Amino acid sequence: MSLREKFEFELNSAQEELITLSTMAVSALNKSMEALIRQDVDAALEVIEDDQDINQLEEFINDRVILLIAKQSPVATDLRRLIVTIKVASDMERVGDYAVNIAKETIRIGNQELLPQIEQIQQMQKLAVAMLHQVIDAFVEEDIVKAKEIAELDDQVDDLYGDVIRKLIQAGGENPDKLGQITQLAFISRYMERSADHATNIAEQLFYLVRGRHYDLNK
Amino acid sequence: MTTIITEKTTTEEVNDSAKKAVYETNQLNLWYGSNHALKNIDLEIMENEVTAIIGPSGCGKSTYLKTLNRMVELVPSVKTSGEILYRGRNIFDHDYGVEELRTRVGMVFQKPNPFPKSIYDNIAYGPRIHGIKNKKILDEIVEKSLRGAAIWEEVKDRLNENAYSISGGQQQRICIARALAIEPDVILMDEPTSALDPISTLKVEELVQELKKDYSIIIVTHNMQQAARISDKTAFFLNGEVIEYDQTDTIFSNPSDKRTEDYISGRFG
Repeated sequence: MSLREKFEFELNSAQEELITLSTMAVSALNKSMEALIRQDVDAALEVIEDDQDINQLEEFINDRVILLIAKQSPVATDLRRLIVTIKVASDMERVGDYAVNIAKETIRIGNQELLPQIEQIQQMQKLAVAMLHQVIDAFVEEDIVKAKEIAELDDQVDDLYGDVIRKLIQAGGENPDKLGQITQLAFISRYMERSADHATNIAEQLFYLVRGRHYDLNK
Repeated sequence: MTTIITEKTTTEEVNDSAKKAVYETNQLNLWYGSNHALKNIDLEIMENEVTAIIGPSGCGKSTYLKTLNRMVELVPSVKTSGEILYRGRNIFDHDYGVEELRTRVGMVFQKPNPFPKSIYDNIAYGPRIHGIKNKKILDEIVEKSLRGAAIWEEVKDRLNENAYSISGGQQQRICIARALAIEPDVILMDEPTSALDPISTLKVEELVQELKKDYSIIIVTHNMQQAARISDKTAFFLNGEVIEYDQTDTIFSNPSDKRTEDYISGRFG
């Protein structure tokens, strides 16, 4: 294997690990929401426990990329690809953390009857997960058109988030005894909104990878 | 896409309007016999900048460098067309004296090539040829040149020793000092660190950064990281053509030609 082939092999390995990390993070987000809906504390605990695998894989990817930069002095697209890999890994690791946060809120809510606003939070989750899946696909295919569409979905998530918060505040006035759950649901909707933001961040990173310039997809 | 997406503004834009061109190369062609070594070269080299020339072996980069002080004419069977304006005047004009050009354009080569003389005489050689005999003035030139080449402190007590008695890295800085002694405007460097160890290389690179305040420097290098570290602009040569010429930051972060990207990324060459 020539030096260049060896470099490309390492680069591809880092990319494959990034896809694995992304899949694990999105799966954790799904599991945490399922645990909430089913009010399944054991499933929530599993999400918390599994997060260490996500964290370790992110560190592993970072170490591989740092070593490649140190040893190979990459430039241009090679360098951008490595930098973007580190950044996307960090975004996905955060998504994993939000899944953990949701799991913790699920444990706090326990077996209290869930408020109806949970349905809109589920819609947010579906959109956020769709965005994350789409951005992973766009990343693999280096498809910036697909990446651009993600930013548009983010507007829908933001609108839903605003609506959920308004309704939760209203519910607080009507059900002062449910203020605990209302606060927890507000946090959960916030974590979903942030997860969608990370999908948009990744889409921006894809633009940087492909075009070599910075774009703001949030405008 | 760009019309519907906001691109963030960058501060990379470099305004060259304040700087003057030291060399303007227009449609330069050069042949060694039937070998077309340089093809339609258009390059503008700015003063007080470091311009790196990169490219695989045989791409014409050293030929181009040697054309800038007409050293290439030492090779028999060389033919040229087009023009190279140095400070606005075509160096190929019949009445342009090659000696006059070479007093303005110094050169440093791949391997240190001091004369087999004392360190002092190496530096004083050029000024003496130009008629300076006064010992005091020569002393001043020698000290100033050695200081300029960042080697004065290392050799000030050994000026009468043979230049071959010092290390390769020191010899190369003696050669740079020798080029400075004739107070040139431009310094051409042909792979000046390829025969040096990493510490000496670093010293020469730091020196180049210092020298660009007073001189315009054009450096041919095979070391991509060196070009990236020390130059302001980079020209990529391939098969006698300039494929891309841009700010060094752009060349090494986002080159516009795939051949440039392939070369700097080590895919060929």
